[in-house]
Amino acid sequence: MTSVPAAGGTKPPAAPKSRKSVTGTRRTVAALFLLPALVLLGALVVYPIGYSVVRSFYDQSGDGFAGIDNYKALFTDEGIRTALKNNIIWVVFAPTVATALGLIFAVLTERVRWGTAFKLVVFMPMAISMLAAGIIFRLVYDQDPDKGFANAVWVGVHDTFSQASAFPKAHPGRDSPLEPAGGGAFITKSPVRAGEAVSLPLVGVAPDLMPDGAAAAAKPEPDKVTGTTWQDFTRGKGVGTLNRVDSAELGYAGMKIEAVKDGRVVASATAADDGTFTLPASADGAQLRLPASNFKEPYNGLDWLGPSLVTPAIIGSYIWMWAGFAMVLIAAGLASVPRELLEAARVDGASEWQVFRRVTVPLLAPVLAVVAVTLMINVLKIFDLVFIIAPGSSQDDANVLALELYRKGFSEDQPGIASAISVFLLLLVIPVMWFNVRRLRREVRR
Amino acid sequence: MRMTSSTIRKRWSPEQDTATPQHRRAAKAAAAVAAGALALSLTACGGDDKSNNGSTGDSEETANSVTLPKLDGTSLEIAAVWSGTEQANFKKVLAEFEKRTGAKVTFVPAQDPIINFIGSKVAGGQPPDIAMLPQPGAIKQAVDRGWAKPLGAEALKELGENYSQGWQDIGKVGGKQYGVYYKAANKSLIWYNNQVFENAGASEPETWPDLLSTAQTVYDSGVTPFSVGGAEGWTLTDWFENVYLSQAGPEKYDQLAKHEIKWTDPSVKDALTTLAQVWGKPDYIAGGANGALQTDFPASVTQVFTGGDQPKAAMVAAGDFAQVNIPSAMKVGTDAKVFPFPAVGDNGPVVSAGDAAVILEDSKGSQALATWLASPDAAQIQAKLGGYLSPNKNVPNSAYPNAVQQRIAKALIDAGDDFRFDMSDQAPQAFGGTPGKGEWKILQDFLKNPKDIAGTQQKLEAEAAAAYGN
Repeated sequence: MTSVPAAGGTKPPAAPKSRKSVTGTRRTVAALFLLPALVLLGALVVYPIGYSVVRSFYDQSGDGFAGIDNYKALFTDEGIRTALKNNIIWVVFAPTVATALGLIFAVLTERVRWGTAFKLVVFMPMAISMLAAGIIFRLVYDQDPDKGFANAVWVGVHDTFSQASAFPKAHPGRDSPLEPAGGGAFITKSPVRAGEAVSLPLVGVAPDLMPDGAAAAAKPEPDKVTGTTWQDFTRGKGVGTLNRVDSAELGYAGMKIEAVKDGRVVASATAADDGTFTLPASADGAQLRLPASNFKEPYNGLDWLGPSLVTPAIIGSYIWMWAGFAMVLIAAGLASVPRELLEAARVDGASEWQVFRRVTVPLLAPVLAVVAVTLMINVLKIFDLVFIIAPGSSQDDANVLALELYRKGFSEDQPGIASAISVFLLLLVIPVMWFNVRRLRREVRR
Repeated sequence: MRMTSSTIRKRWSPEQDTATPQHRRAAKAAAAVAAGALALSLTACGGDDKSNNGSTGDSEETANSVTLPKLDGTSLEIAAVWSGTEQANFKKVLAEFEKRTGAKVTFVPAQDPIINFIGSKVAGGQPPDIAMLPQPGAIKQAVDRGWAKPLGAEALKELGENYSQGWQDIGKVGGKQYGVYYKAANKSLIWYNNQVFENAGASEPETWPDLLSTAQTVYDSGVTPFSVGGAEGWTLTDWFENVYLSQAGPEKYDQLAKHEIKWTDPSVKDALTTLAQVWGKPDYIAGGANGALQTDFPASVTQVFTGGDQPKAAMVAAGDFAQVNIPSAMKVGTDAKVFPFPAVGDNGPVVSAGDAAVILEDSKGSQALATWLASPDAAQIQAKLGGYLSPNKNVPNSAYPNAVQQRIAKALIDAGDDFRFDMSDQAPQAFGGTPGKGEWKILQDFLKNPKDIAGTQQKLEAEAAAAYGN
C-alpha cells in the first residue's frame, strides 16, 4: 500500500489520511485501477464521439461554424431520406424475421435426433465475415440464371409451368412482307390467295437455337394456301437473296401460323421441318399471322438487385447470417425452461401449438427480447452487406444511414454532414441501448 | 559508343529472358530505341548533370535514357486506385525503379475517389509520397489545399522532352506544373467480336448511321449488338461524351465541361436523343436496360468475347484499357478488334482520360520517382504488358504488344493537342464521379427510361448547378 502513491504519480495524495470508501479501498487506488480502462475508453470512444458532435456543427471545410445546417440537410437531402426509410424497413423486418426463424429452429431442433448437427449447419454462416457473405450473395442474386442461384431456382420453377418459345428475338428483316401486329405477333401486310406460295421470312434467331432442317420453297397448290417460314439469313453469308429461300437457309420447324379474317382465326397450321406449311382453302383472302407465342423471350427471372427488390434481397442475406445466432441464444433459453410446465400443459390436454403459443413463448419472452434488441442495434449500423451486394445502379435505392455516412464522408467529401449522420445514428441507438441496460439491471437484481 | 551499347545489351538482356516469345520482338525494338535515347541523353549529360554523375559514381547505373539519383535506403509510397493486372503491371515499373536507384517503393492501394483517400491520409499526417490522380479537378483540389508540391527541375526537363503541350497543360495549376500524366486512356473506341461481325457480314462503321445499320445487321444475325456496363456510371458518361463531343463540337464540349452552358441546352437534348437511338432499343442491349444496369465494366467486356459464335453481345464501347478484360483465348487484333467511335457530327471524337502522378511529399526520392514516371523507359515497361497507353510521345509505337494497341496509341499521339479530356472527370466529384449520384446516376436512370429526355436534362442541370455552385 505504501508504494501506491509513488507508482500513482509524482503528486502525493492531498490529504495525509485519504478517506476510505465503504469497502475500504482508497480513492487513488480505485482511480489507478480505473485509469487504463478510462484512458482507452476516453481515447477510443468518448473523444471520437465528442469530436463527431463538434464536427457536425461545422461546414464542409471544418473552418466555419454551420449551426444546424448539417442537421437540416439530414432531413431535406433525398439520399438521406431514402436511407432513413430503408433503415426503418431494416429495423422492423430483419430482427423480427431472424428472431422468429431462430425461435422456430430452436423449438424444432429440440425434437429431432440430429438437432445438434442441424444447429451447427444453421449457425455456420455466422462464421463468415459480412464481406464474404456479401460477395456470396452478390452471386446468388446475379441476374443471369446461369450464374445466380436465386434466379436459377426461380426460372426453373417458372419454366416448369410455362415453356419458353422456340424463336425468341425473331423479327422481320428489311422490306419484309410481315409487319408487327402488336403484342409481339407479326402479320402479313396483304391478304394471301389460294394457289399462291407465301413467304414469311424472319431474321434474328440465334443460330444455336435454330432447328437443323434446311428451308424449302413451298410449291403452290390449287385451292390451298401454301408457304414457307424460314430464317432469311445464313451465318457468314448474310441475307442472300432478300425474301427468297436460299439453299443454306434454315426453316422454322414448329412455327405456328394463323390465318386471320376480320380479326377471327379461320385456320391454323404448324410449319414442317423445312419450314413449309399448308392451310385449307378457307384461308383464302385472310392475312397470315405468326402469333406472339412463337417469339416469347425466355424468362429471365426476377430483378433481385433492381430498385424494388434490392432491400428485401439484402435483408434476406442478413437473415441467412443471423438466424443461426438467434437460434443458439433461444435454444440456450429453451434449455432452462422447466420441463414440468410443458409436461403439465400437455397432461392438461393442450395441443402442441397451444403449448408453444401459451407456455414456451411467454417463458422465452425475455430471451426473445434480448435477441431482438441485440439484432436491432446490429441492424441500425448495417453497412457492409448493402455496400457490397447492391450494384452501383441501385445503391441509391438500397441506401442505409451507415452507407450514406460513408458516402458523404469519403466519396462526397462532406465530413460535416457525415458527422451529423453519425450523431443521428447514435441518438437512434440510445433508446435501444437504454432498454437493454435497464433490462440487464433488472435481471441482476433478480 | 560501342561500350555504351554493350552496357545496354547487358541492361536489357534480363528483360528479354523474362519476356514471352511474342513480346521478344517488341523488347528488341525497345532496346534499340533505348540505345538511341541513351545516345541523346549522354550528349545532354555534358552540362549540369555531370556533378550528379560524379557523385553517383558508377556510369553503368546511369546508362539509360533517364538520369536517376542513387537512393539507397530511401523508402517511398505511391498511391493509386489500380487493382488486379493493372496494379501488377505497374508494380513491375516500380520494381525497375527500385533496381535502378536502390530505393524501396511501396504501392498503396487506394479507393475511389482517391482525392478523399489522400485527404484522410494528409489529415493523419502520413500522405503517400506520390499519388496518381485521375482528374484535372482533383489535381487542382490537391493544389488548392496545399497538398501537392510542384515538380522539380529534373522532372520538368523529362516532361518537356517527352510530352506534347496539351498533355503538359492539363497537369498545370495556376501556371505551375504539378502533374505528370503517366497513363492515358483513349475512350473513343468500340471493341467488337470479329467472329460475330463475320457471321453477320457486318463491317466497321465510320458514322453514327453506319453504326446503327451495323447494329441492325448484327441483331438480324441473332446476336445482341451492344454490351453496356451500366452498373458503373462512368461507362455511360463515356457514351454521352463521345456523342456530345462529335455532335456539338469541341467548343460546346469545353463550355459544358465548365458548366458555362446549361445541361438544358438544345445540344444536350440532341446528344441524348442520339444516344436513345441505341439505348432506347432493349433488343440492342445485352440483358436489356435492367441487365445492363447490373453488369459491371469487366463483365461487360468479357461477355462480348466469351460464348464462341454466340456471345451475349457483339460490341462494347470501352477505352483501350478494356484489353485486360478480354479473355486470353481471344487474340487481340484477330478475334477481338476495335474501331474508333463513329462520327456523329463532322469529326470523330477523341475523348481521353489519364492518371497523373502528383508529388505530395517533396523529397529527392519522390522527385526522382516522378522523373522516372515521365520517362519513356518506365512507360515502355508497362506498354509491353498491354492494357496501357502512354501520352509520352517518345514511347516507340513498337513497344505496344499488338497491332490494335499500336493503332490506338498512334491515334492518341497523332491527335496531338486536339483530344478532349473526359468531361465527367473535369466536373466536380459530386457530379461527375460518385457512384449512385449526379451524372452517373442520372444517366443510369436515362438508360432505364430513354424516353424522358427533358426530365433527364432538368435533373442533370439541377445536380450540376448544385455541384458547380453556379
